[in-house]
Parts: sequence; C-alpha cells; structure tokens
Amino acid sequence: MGENTPFDEMYNADGSVREPYRALSEWLAEQPEKGLALMQADAEAIFRKLGITFAVYGSEEGTEKVIPFDVIPRIIAANEWRKLSRGIEQRVKALNAFLYDVYHRQEILKAGRIPEKLILNNAAFCPQMMGLEPARGVYAHIIGVDIVRVGPDEFYVLEDNLRTPSGVSYMLEDREAMMMLAPDLFQRSKVAPVETYPENLRRTLESVAPAGAGRNPVIAVLTPGIYNSAYFEHSFLADQMGAQLCEGQDLFVDGGKVYMRTTTGPERVDVIYRRIDDDYLDPLTFKPDSMLGVPGIFDAYRAGNVTLVNAPGTGIADDKAVYTYVPEIIEFYLGEKALLNNVPTYNCTDVEQRAWVLENIAELVVKEVHGSGGYGMMVGPTSTKAQHEEFKKKIIARPDNYIVQPTLALSTCPTHINNDVAPRHVDLRPYVLVGDEVRITPGGLTRVALEKGSLVVNSSQGGGTKDTWVLED
Amino acid sequence: MRMLGRTAQNLFWLSRYVERAENMARLLEVGYRMSLTSRREGGASEHLISMLRAAEMDEAFAERHEVADVDTVAYFMMFDPTNPSSVYSCLQAARTNARSVRTAITTDMWESMNGAWLEFSQIKPRDVRGAKLLGLLQWVRQRSHEFRGALLGTILRDDGFAFLQAGNFVERADNTARILDMKYYVLLPRSSLVGGEIDIQQWTLILRAASAHRSYGHVYHDRYKAYNIADFLILRTEMPRSLIYCAHFVRDNLNLLAKLYGRREACNDAMDDLLKLVEGTNMDQIFAHGLHEFLNDFIDGNNRVTDTLSASYNFY
Repeated sequence: MGENTPFDEMYNADGSVREPYRALSEWLAEQPEKGLALMQADAEAIFRKLGITFAVYGSEEGTEKVIPFDVIPRIIAANEWRKLSRGIEQRVKALNAFLYDVYHRQEILKAGRIPEKLILNNAAFCPQMMGLEPARGVYAHIIGVDIVRVGPDEFYVLEDNLRTPSGVSYMLEDREAMMMLAPDLFQRSKVAPVETYPENLRRTLESVAPAGAGRNPVIAVLTPGIYNSAYFEHSFLADQMGAQLCEGQDLFVDGGKVYMRTTTGPERVDVIYRRIDDDYLDPLTFKPDSMLGVPGIFDAYRAGNVTLVNAPGTGIADDKAVYTYVPEIIEFYLGEKALLNNVPTYNCTDVEQRAWVLENIAELVVKEVHGSGGYGMMVGPTSTKAQHEEFKKKIIARPDNYIVQPTLALSTCPTHINNDVAPRHVDLRPYVLVGDEVRITPGGLTRVALEKGSLVVNSSQGGGTKDTWVLED
Repeated sequence: MRMLGRTAQNLFWLSRYVERAENMARLLEVGYRMSLTSRREGGASEHLISMLRAAEMDEAFAERHEVADVDTVAYFMMFDPTNPSSVYSCLQAARTNARSVRTAITTDMWESMNGAWLEFSQIKPRDVRGAKLLGLLQWVRQRSHEFRGALLGTILRDDGFAFLQAGNFVERADNTARILDMKYYVLLPRSSLVGGEIDIQQWTLILRAASAHRSYGHVYHDRYKAYNIADFLILRTEMPRSLIYCAHFVRDNLNLLAKLYGRREACNDAMDDLLKLVEGTNMDQIFAHGLHEFLNDFIDGNNRVTDTLSASYNFY
C-alpha cells in the first residue's frame, strides 16, 4: 500500500487504457474542443435550476451551494463490483448482529473480544436501547460505506456510516444529469441502473413496519426542515418514494402511537425514516431542549407501535474507536474472515504506538474520533509544520480523542479541470439497504478531490461528485 | 395520500405570495405613472403616498423614509427586505413555502419559482431606475404568469390544487379591492371636479394596474368613466381580476375541497357571506353606500374566508 504514484483507474503505468475504461477513453478522444467545458456549464445550470443544493454551515453569503459535478464518470468492472458487494454485505450483516448483541446479552464483551469500557463508556452507546426488539432485529437499515481503492485489487473501508448517511440523492441526480449530457456514451456501455434505489428504499421500510401496521404501512420521512444542509435530499427521497415529508411539528404522540396532523385530522404513522440525529429525536428521552423532534416518539418506538429507521444508538457500531474491531466482529458473529480490509489504525492511548505516531506525524492522517465531514482532521503530507505540532499537542492532551492512520494513496480518476483532463483522487460510498434482505445499489456516490494532490473529498472542503458506473457482464 | 395541514397552508400561501408580488408590481407601476403625469408641485409625492396608504404600507414607509419620491418608494416596494410586502420579501416567502412543500408541487412549478427567486435576488436596486424600473415591473408580472402557467399545466386536480387556487384568488381579490380603494385616497386638485379630466386620468391608471385598459373597451364601447370602471373591477363576471370573479373562483375551489373531503366547513359559509356582498347588487347601490365602505366590508369578509379556511383544514 501507499506507493509513490497512486493507482489510476483509467490508465495503466505504461499509459495503456484499462479495460473497463475503453469506451470512455474513445468517447473522450472524440469530444470536440471545449466540448467538456460546455457540458460542464450545462450540468451546473441543470443542478441549480433543480435546486439540488446543500448548505455550508458557517458561510453567511449564499448558504445554498451546488456541489460541483464532474462530467467524466467513474467506472467499476462487473467482477470488481461482485467482490466489493460481497464484502459490503458481510460487513453490514455482522454490524447489525453486533448491535443486537450489544443491546441485549453482550456476548462479545463477555468473551473479551472487545474491551467492555470501549462500548459501555462510549458516548455513542445508547442505554435506552437495551432490551428493545426492533423489527426483524435490524438496527442499521440505511448505510453508506466509505471505501477507497489503492490498487487493482486493493480496497479499504474507511468508515461504515450507520447513523444517517447522506448523499444518495446526488448518486441519483448525477446519473440523471449524465444521461442527459452524454446519452451516446451510455449507448456504448452496459451500465447497471441505480434508479431502483427509491423503490428499494420503500420496500425496505415497508418490510420493517411494526406488526400492527396494515398491508400498506404509512411511511414518513422526518426532516429537521428547510434550513438543514441535506433538506433537498430529504424532500427528494420522500417524493421519489411517495412518502410524507414531515417536520417534528407535523407529528405527535397520543396513547403511545405516532400520528401526523393532516387536513382531515390525525393519521397513524407506521415507519419513520428519520433524518434527525438521535440526540434531537425526542426531548422526553434525549436532549430536553430539542425543538426538532417529537415528544414521546421513543416510548412509542419502545412499545413497538412505530419503527424508527435507523434505530437510535447505531453510532456505537460506526464509532471510529470501534472501527478497529470490525474484522473481529465479523469473525465473532459470522465465523468468516473479513472480505474487505480495514485501514490499519493506531491507538494513541497505547504508549508505544503513540510515541511512533508522534515521531511520524508528517506521514499520517489524524482524525477526531467523533468528527465528520472532513472537519477536525489533518492529512500529514499536505499539512504545514505548524499544523503537525498543533495536532501533536492535541494527541498528547487527549489521546483517546484521536485515531491515526497511514496516508493512503487514494486511486485517481480522469477529471475535467479547466477544459483539460487530469487525474484527481476519488473515494466511493456505496449505499446499502437492510430489511427483509440486503439490497446494494450498484456503484454509489464517487466523491472527487478537485484540487490537485488533495486527498480530502468532502463537499464541505471543496470536493465534487461523479456519476459512478458499474458495468454489467 | 393524505395531506399535512402544514402542506395545505404552505400551498395556500405560496400562491398568495406569488400573486402579491405581482400586485405589488402593478401597484407600484400605477403610483409611478401617476407621479409622472402629476402637474402639480409636490403632486408626485402625494400620489405615491396615497398608493402606499391603499396598500396599508404608508406607516411602515414613513418609519424608514422622510421623502416619498420614486426612488425611495420603488426601493421600499421592490427591494426592501424589512418590508414584508416588498416584491423581494414576497418572492422569498413564496420560494420558502415552495421549498417546504417541494414534494407537493411539480418540478415545473418549483423550477419556475426557484428561477424567479434566483434571478430577482441577483438584481442590484441601484441598477433599476426610470425606464429600467418599468421593465423590471413587467418582468415580475411575467414570472407570476409563468408560475401560474406551470401550475395549471402540470399539477393534479386534487386538494393541493384547490388550496393553491384559493390562495391565488383570495389574494387577487384583496389586491383589486385595495387598488380600487386607492382612488379614494387620491386627493383631487381643488380646482378640478369629480368626473373631470384628472379624475378620469386616475381611474384610467387604476384600470391599467389591473391590465384592464384594453378589455374595458371591448366590454363598454365607451370612453373611460368612473362608474363603468368601478363596475368592471367589482361586478363584471367576465373580468378575471374583478371582485365577483375572484369570489366565484374561490367559492368553486372551496366547493371542490368540500367535495373531496366529503363535508362542508366553516369556510364554505364564510364564502357565502362574502358572495352576498357582490351578488344581487349594482353600482348605484354601492356608490350610495359609499365605495370605500363597501371595499372595506369586502376586504374584511375576504379575510374571514382565510381565517376559517385555516381553521377548517388544520393550518398551523
């Protein structure tokens, strides 16, 4: 891992084109001068007009931005995808088994495979979930697994996002835009569809409805409201699924059941796909000052009268400190070896490991245990001396608050930059649905770091997205 | 799928704010034209102030500006974010409502609304003066037409449609009543008589504000007369901005709701009360009663329709 020249997904070291990219390479060669630039401008107009925006916290002007969309798709071969999706399925099954165990008998702790302290003293552990029986035993129904590639056959899982992963609407809209912009390129390739996601999401949500729900369970998407950075996605998914888009004020609990306020009076709700964090979900159970949630909704959930998707408390399984144990978790519950690699992770509370980390910080990536969105992290090779020193101090002050990993040479993909095509680093977030079965949409969201050499792909830090193609045999 | 009370509310107000933006532009155009044709010292200012008074914005204006001239009034009515009725505030509120009910409106409606807001919010007030102001006022009208066209062309004829349409025409009725009332506030120069040249000129501008100066001729085959103009904007059922037309339109949509939901509500009764004002009367009776008083009664009744509608369908 981590050679000097990163793995490029389109070109071999000798400059020849890798097989999955053959059609794309020919198509690129045929594009007239400025053809890509025109396409890029069209794409931006499409996205802005559709209102596909996200909010950047802390920026006052123009709080709604369009995520840059790159017009060159990222391509994954059929056999590569088969391998990836098997590994992903294994992971989400094991993590759900782990969640069930942690909130019931805690066998894995008793067996000493994970330190008890790490789970029970973890802020992400939710004691209110103890003993609760979620429908079908599923806790994490909607998952976005962050994966990076460093070689032809080398993939690493960076994070399993088990709380409320976002970005799936970009996966769908990127495909929509790409089909509008380059229909001729689609005609030359066999691309697996992603448009089935909303339908599969609906089926997944219906499959975990409480026992008392009728044949057509009433589904609601619960959003913090129009000022949330992912509001577009919330409304988009509700629309595509034919579900009701609700804010906290639209729902209320009466007699342990959840209702929405409709034009004709109260109507019972069976499944809630909530895009509100655990802390804000129910002021009676969690943060008492939350204005976003629904008072009493957790008790209705406990009573089995409504299903919350994802379940509260799933964060214990995607905690950065627990992440290191995922291979262990897979072995413990499934009796299998992990098919996808974890990134080696150094534990700074260990004296020897910490000493090594402090010595080599310029080569390493430091992440806050509870950070996300690219905030609170440092990429050693692209940071200044001063930043290295700053993070050293932070690690010494709170070693348990950071995890440290080697800097991975993320693969690169050809990307349209200033009317030219240049390699840029990418990652991949496939979206997984877990209900009556595991459904994985082929591909996912590819994020691309648009700055030369940058390894940070987050949209809040100047990253863009690409349409992601899984080729069919 | 059932509709949230909040969604119904957002749809109703989305349409109201689009219509209000359009009517703010119409009102300002009348005020602007009146001020241009005023032949008296200080007359321009008086016309603008009477227009603000009709829109019940004179006090809010006085808190912000000492002098009422075309620049200050145009800024206040078009761009002032602290004026909740400015075109800026109306389009922003309409767009916020649209965003809240993104799933209950069509893509065409959303794109029209979002596009109007994005374009308008880019405009710098100081770039819009004189002839450019009239051009922008026309643009506001056109964007409102575009939104209505997208609505009529694409949305399902269900309860959402009825709430949108009711909002549109409740607002239009309110605005037509206020535009008419403006005439009451315009002080006639002492030397001229009611029915004199300047009087007629002012009525003409009111017709213009309702885009009705050409269609007037088709209906009355006569020169502009105050009696006819008031008749046109209050009682003519073929005039799409008249009070009676708007009232019928709102009634039909409230009836559609009653049919869809299978029961009559308090708003249907409030609507019947409003209709009694404009049906079975004529202009002689209205002038005898007093035009200003009549218009006030109408505006109050129209507000009651909104209040009862909000209660009947669980707006919050």
